[in-house]
Amino acid sequence: MLDRTSGSLLEISDLQAWYGESHILHGATLHVNAGEVVTLLGRNGAGKTTTLKSVMGIVGKRTGSVRFEGRELINASSNAIARAGIAFCPEERGIFASLDVEENLMLPPQVRAGGLSREQIFDLFPNLRERLRSQGTKLSGGEQQMLAIGRILRTGARLLLLDEPTEGLAPVIIQQIGNTIRKLKEQGFTILLVEQNFRFASTVADRYYIMEHGKIVEQFANSELSKKLDTLHEYLGV
Amino acid sequence: MIFDLLGVPPQALFGQLLLGLINGSFYALLSLGLAVIFGMLNIINFAHGAQYMLGAFCAYFLLQFAGINYWLALIIAPIVVGAFGIVLERLFLKHLYKLDHLYGLLLTFGIALILEGIFRRYFGSSGIPYSPPQLLTGGYNLGFMYLPKYRAWVVICSLTVCLLTWFMIEKTRLGAYLRAATENPTLVRAFGINVPRMITLTYGFGVGLAALAGVMAAPIYNVSPQMGASLIIVVFAVVVIGGMGSIMGAIVTGFSLGIIEGLTKVFFPQASNTVIFVIMVIVLLTRPAGLFGRTT
Repeated sequence: MLDRTSGSLLEISDLQAWYGESHILHGATLHVNAGEVVTLLGRNGAGKTTTLKSVMGIVGKRTGSVRFEGRELINASSNAIARAGIAFCPEERGIFASLDVEENLMLPPQVRAGGLSREQIFDLFPNLRERLRSQGTKLSGGEQQMLAIGRILRTGARLLLLDEPTEGLAPVIIQQIGNTIRKLKEQGFTILLVEQNFRFASTVADRYYIMEHGKIVEQFANSELSKKLDTLHEYLGV
Repeated sequence: MIFDLLGVPPQALFGQLLLGLINGSFYALLSLGLAVIFGMLNIINFAHGAQYMLGAFCAYFLLQFAGINYWLALIIAPIVVGAFGIVLERLFLKHLYKLDHLYGLLLTFGIALILEGIFRRYFGSSGIPYSPPQLLTGGYNLGFMYLPKYRAWVVICSLTVCLLTWFMIEKTRLGAYLRAATENPTLVRAFGINVPRMITLTYGFGVGLAALAGVMAAPIYNVSPQMGASLIIVVFAVVVIGGMGSIMGAIVTGFSLGIIEGLTKVFFPQASNTVIFVIMVIVLLTRPAGLFGRTT
């Protein structure tokens, strides 16, 4: 039911990517349908982050095809890709030290109508409202993650690329991020998530891809999860 | 009175203080441009002095060949020279961002030598006078000193431009883009902002500031091919003292060092040419990142 490639919001096929001399992605093929939460799983170094960065156009060199809403973006600049309606939340969060919380929040320009308002973002992350005048990097790790997610919700982008949003966070914050992702899905956002925390991913994802050595080696829906646990253990070593 | 205690006539003291403020105005404007360029492009713009000289010559050409007066030159020269900066950035500088600072420094140093050489070939090194505008000739007798109108204007104009630039960078949305792109250009670009274009315009703006300083300097120092070369060495010392990349640091340090230099002329004239470099040595020994610099 989920395997229709044509008509997907994001279609990635035979994606290859390099950082300088090192060849990281060796022909990754995957797709994300509108309204889905899809999780990329895999060991460290499997190419998950590079896949997100390649979609965003911020790797050294890439070939293959990245189509968003049917439009080919493989040769587009990263600013053009963002303007097409894709937003990226990096693993290191990318909160700017020389900007206060409000400036960080308002930084990404609107690329389309229909983004969340400031109030809606504060409803999701009430902590941010209290800290608007603080220096961005003075926030706790959890608050920085909320800010990093919050600021891309304003832009009107409908596809969110989230790179390990739970990394290094306390369980209660992880829960809050999980709730947020479910709410965003209800509101019609499409999310491509990279996660090491499989337990967390299983609470939000509709579908999974497993990556190894820069390729997709397995995919299954959340409903098949119990049958696939052995496969997962094998690939992830968890 | 305190002046008797110090053994210095007030006329001399205030005179040198004003001279210090004037020099400080140029130090501040020029080091501000250098700081803006360095922050965004990671390039030490050694051509800054030559671009300041271009600003002065541009004002001179406008007056000589087109009859365009000082006030219009104040606007036109920074645009013309800034556009020339944009061409330089597109043709040469953009290839250097991923390389060591040394490459940018060598390239801009070469550009400075070429520009100054060309102008020396055609205009010699004696300098061409440029009259201050009618409106700003004469001065005020303040009782304790005589204040030439043009010099007062230079201080006020420089201070205003410096503070406006600071405001734009630290307090506006555009400035937030600039600060963010200084920290992490890749991510800012991935938010949909055309960072390469912003870098080009920033260089044009920094060069425009140098040209503006050049126009303002023309009635004070004469228009000469060397005018930038002699100033830029001091300005680099100012930038080192203030710390590369700090906007307010560049402004405050520029004005303060001008004043300190002026006061040194009064109290210990022998040291007036070296005082800035002595301060630079002390700052480098105690705070290598500069007084306002962020250690990264």
